[in-house]
Amino acid sequence: MRSARLSERPTPDDHETDSMPISDWFKAREQRNYTTPTEAATTSDLPDGVWVRCEGCKRTLYMGDLERELMVCPTCGRHHDLSAPERLAMLLDEGSFEEVDAHLRSVDPLQFTSGKVYSEQVAAAVQRTGLGEAIVTGRATIGGHRAIVGVMDFRFIGASMGSVVGEKVTRAFELALAERTPLVLVTASGGARMQEGMLSLMQMAKTAAAATRLAAAGVPYIVVLTNPTMGGVTASFATLGDVLIAEPGALIGFAGPRLVEQTIRKSLPKGFQSSEFLLEHGMIDMVVDRRELKDRVALLLSYLTAGDE
Amino acid sequence: MEFERPLDELEDKLASLKHLDVSEQPDLAAEIAGLEAEIARLHETLYAELTPWERVQIARHPERPKTDDYLQALFTDVVEVHGDRLFGDDESVFAGFATLQGRKVAVLGHRKGKNTTENVRRNFGSPHPEGFRKAERLMHLADRFGMPIVSFLDTAGAYPGLDDEDRGQALAIADCLAALSSVRVPVVVVGIGEGGSGGALAIGFGDRLIMLENAYYSVISPEMCATILHKDARRASETSACLQLTADDLVRLGLADAVVAEPRGGAHRDPEMVFDGVRTALSAALESLSAVDRATLPDTRYERLRRIGEVAGG
Ligand SMILES: [Zn+2]
Repeated sequence: MRSARLSERPTPDDHETDSMPISDWFKAREQRNYTTPTEAATTSDLPDGVWVRCEGCKRTLYMGDLERELMVCPTCGRHHDLSAPERLAMLLDEGSFEEVDAHLRSVDPLQFTSGKVYSEQVAAAVQRTGLGEAIVTGRATIGGHRAIVGVMDFRFIGASMGSVVGEKVTRAFELALAERTPLVLVTASGGARMQEGMLSLMQMAKTAAAATRLAAAGVPYIVVLTNPTMGGVTASFATLGDVLIAEPGALIGFAGPRLVEQTIRKSLPKGFQSSEFLLEHGMIDMVVDRRELKDRVALLLSYLTAGDE
Repeated sequence: MEFERPLDELEDKLASLKHLDVSEQPDLAAEIAGLEAEIARLHETLYAELTPWERVQIARHPERPKTDDYLQALFTDVVEVHGDRLFGDDESVFAGFATLQGRKVAVLGHRKGKNTTENVRRNFGSPHPEGFRKAERLMHLADRFGMPIVSFLDTAGAYPGLDDEDRGQALAIADCLAALSSVRVPVVVVGIGEGGSGGALAIGFGDRLIMLENAYYSVISPEMCATILHKDARRASETSACLQLTADDLVRLGLADAVVAEPRGGAHRDPEMVFDGVRTALSAALESLSAVDRATLPDTRYERLRRIGEVAGG
């Protein structure tokens, strides 16, 4: 198993043929899009330290200010999407991350060719994001508490769950169980990865089964649901946590809002499938501002491990 | 069904010819014989190599035998249980106890109706959260009282409604997956028609998976897949081939253990033949699992799930 640390600065020699050190992922951030789709083409070419437009209030913000606020708009509170490396950096104690299963890569078991060629789509996502797949897992500490962590990255084919995501999530559960260390998963996903067909659907059962075994062993499991968490991920491991946290304004649900709209032939109520909506309906435990998330997770870890002392 | 249209046309023509008086038209007998030969030939070719999309259509045929038909044909002393103890009773899911050749089992099944009235009550077999929670309740009962679970899959998917989201559709499915993975009784799943995504999976995995020849099981409906990839649901024929959703595909992928043959044209052409096949396959599966120590079943089931998926660099 290869491990990497957030604090390490890479030298060119550190590059491996199939992956980039975690610290290098930050270099990929200029490819991210903080703007409305129509403006993406112009602003995404620019380096950091530029003015960007908030998707929530449409105000123009200085990138440096936005980053200081962990990509939460200081004006309207909009929580902008984070890449997996950014999420790891904000949630974990600096230098504590040790990645596991970094080498797992997707194959194209069905030779899926309708639309884009799946194998090419995966290769492009690896190239674009610098990630091996749509989730990064490993060991870390959060506010001094040991944890197994997993963070999904929506940029990687909508963080859909295929064989590799399912396998890495399952191994994270198994690692947490073997080391009797709490598991913290930060989810974002469009659902199952249809290009892997039934192998992808079955990852729901596999991850749910792994979650159930961890629960039976009495090891805590905390989920942070972020924007968006939908479909087969919500309907499996993502909602089987002991404590379910959501970031403000995240879209969380089973069926996509457009499908629901088509089904009921009415427009959807405001805030439908938002974190706040789920809280109101008793589906999650709390909605936590990203700037307080690390402290809250650390506090919860201290409670859920209180019985061990 | 769409692909049967040429056959339907010939059969209609034959029926209308047969109404005519042969004694007045000497050519008619020859014409009828010719038509009959052509129909027989078409029967051979039409069903010889069914495409995945044709099988999906057969799986959705309104006259196809449904969970209720299997309950009636295979089981005795059926007792249905109702309700999720939280909100309501979802008629799109059957839950209850039944006896199969002397063996007492817990039965789950998606429940399509045989007419419009029934289908409206049963939401065309697409469960609400209450249906999954009722199923979960039965799983726990089966676990506590040592009854094997037999589950019949026949749903287009979990219902994507507004109220369903309000009441936690995703959580209800996830809870079923958790329960099904941990029950200490044998779980045998039979795909009898449609196996639509998470709504099927919620009661659709276990220690054995038996598939009817023309049943399908898929991560997404071929139409939805075509809509996402091509913005055109009419390309479902293409996507249903790519998704590898047929019974044979599932065997090849290592997900299904047995395939029950159907009569030419689909199960609705000869339900008795299919009932016999399912009875045999089901009994064999339950028999082979009855010898296993119940306490070891969750671990064995987990190992079975654990092997699913293809990855590189492991
Ligand atoms: Zn804003």
